[in-house]
Amino acid sequence: MSRNSEEAVSDSGSTRSGVLLVERKYFTFAEPPHEMILDSGARLGPITLAYETLGELNADRSNAILILHAFSGDSHVAGYLRENDQRPGWWDNMVGPGKPVDTDRYFVICSNILGSCMGSTGPSSINPKTGRPYGLDFPMVTIRDMVRAQKYLIDHLGIRRIMSLIGGSVGGMQVLRWCTEYPEMVVSAIPLATTTRHSAQAIAFNEVARQAIMADPDWKGGDYYDGPGPRHGLAVARMIGHVTYLSDEAMREKFGRRLQSRRTLSYDFGGDFQVESYLRHQGEKFVERFDANSVLYITKAADYFDLEAGNGSSLINEALARVSFLVISFTSDWLYPTYQARNLVSVLKKNGSDVSFCEIEAPWGHDAFLLPSPHLDDLISGFLDRIYHEHCR
Amino acid sequence: MRFDLQVIASWIEPGSRVLDLGCGNGDLLLYLKEHRQVRGTGIELAEDKVIRCIERGLTVLQGDFRQEVRDYPEGRFDVVILSQTLQQVMDPRELLIELLRIGRRVIVSFPNFSHWVARLQLLFTGQAPVTNQLPYEWYNSPNIRVITIKDFKRFLRTIGVRLVREVAINTHHHDLKGNVIHRFTNLRATYGIMMLEKAS
Repeated sequence: MSRNSEEAVSDSGSTRSGVLLVERKYFTFAEPPHEMILDSGARLGPITLAYETLGELNADRSNAILILHAFSGDSHVAGYLRENDQRPGWWDNMVGPGKPVDTDRYFVICSNILGSCMGSTGPSSINPKTGRPYGLDFPMVTIRDMVRAQKYLIDHLGIRRIMSLIGGSVGGMQVLRWCTEYPEMVVSAIPLATTTRHSAQAIAFNEVARQAIMADPDWKGGDYYDGPGPRHGLAVARMIGHVTYLSDEAMREKFGRRLQSRRTLSYDFGGDFQVESYLRHQGEKFVERFDANSVLYITKAADYFDLEAGNGSSLINEALARVSFLVISFTSDWLYPTYQARNLVSVLKKNGSDVSFCEIEAPWGHDAFLLPSPHLDDLISGFLDRIYHEHCR
Repeated sequence: MRFDLQVIASWIEPGSRVLDLGCGNGDLLLYLKEHRQVRGTGIELAEDKVIRCIERGLTVLQGDFRQEVRDYPEGRFDVVILSQTLQQVMDPRELLIELLRIGRRVIVSFPNFSHWVARLQLLFTGQAPVTNQLPYEWYNSPNIRVITIKDFKRFLRTIGVRLVREVAINTHHHDLKGNVIHRFTNLRATYGIMMLEKAS
């Protein structure tokens, strides 16, 4: 599946019979001896990134939008990979023709992150030195390493300046890392429901998720690819994740104390409540599509994320004073609460950056950034429209 | 656009860096962007208004401006605008000094409490005045500071802030229309508008 993608960038995102079809592509780089050097000092290569594009790059290559996905996401941001697919990409309500991120106007790129298992190089990929999956031999990657890998892809696509970076949660961390690493390439950025540094609370939940995986006997020190793998541990990890994505109010409204397929309490541990059933279902679904080691690596990358480490914020940068920001948080998000977005805004103001900020009233918790919201649509489309008129004409 | 904002807009030099506190739906900022090539920023508390502003292509921060202004470095703006809000601020002195730190100049507009309609109401009815510009009862008014043009100018002398420019206006039609008052301003003007500068 790894191959050098040399397709013209304009041939993707065609509409056939009303269905927006997209193609998953792969870009491989950092072939030995030119491996990418990671934050940890380790060398990694070759690296493959899975990515998808929608819309067309304009003549002066100024209309590119890079969408950074969250922890368990993938490159399939919008449209359908096959005409008979049941579900479109994960942000189809936001991205597409005539949508807020309008693919009739913008060239949209979404790449899967380094360390993931959705087509990009990660712990489940084959280690060329051994011919077997990396497992825990895969080096630790950081958000910065993910961004460096994306930079190879952006260079490969011939894009010098990115009109806008958009991402929520771990995707928002990538947005901010792009800004600190390659500020001269960034015209604007939309970090959503994210933070400049992972909090103790967020690290705590990630650690519980990792321990759930590593405590599963089928994890086998990460070397489980010829067996069933830590299915139970991974499901529990996902259940914990889903708790942090919701809110007290969302759970009350969605489930309350309602029972699942029964009228009375069972007086056993088979599961009585709808909320239990929901979490189990989410856990089981996740096991079918995601790699447990990737959860370990990506959660660790998020935990390491800290733009305030060292001497002051790395967002204090003259080149970033020319970048426009739209920072968005959600009232009920307790994983990355609004005060963290406000800290980000405060630093950007000190830096002299052009920054807009809105806290959207939403009861759904951290998940809110992915759910359809007219307010979010208006904010993103209005902001992008301004940037487009200021920079692309 | 409100008449006091029309006057304020006419005072803004093209290309200035402007901060509009309590920018509402962004009418002034949009006007300044389109007619004065201004790169403005607004601060607004209400979420729906913030969204409206950003939708219109403006740079706006949601928040309480008394806190939000603190992050800006010294001299970040050429002009800071505080329209029809000063009467709602707990510590106007502290605020004005802070605004003159982040902006070279500050423009304030405020309802003139000594307008003759207010005076007559108090004199003849013995009740707290309720006018078009001050439409609240004493128990629900957000206007915790009662300001007259005369008082405000005295206040500026006390805190050592220089008055660069001033105009008094009389407004009607929901404040959308108005005219400039030249004589007996403290009696006849519904609003005072003043441009301030740090005394050198």
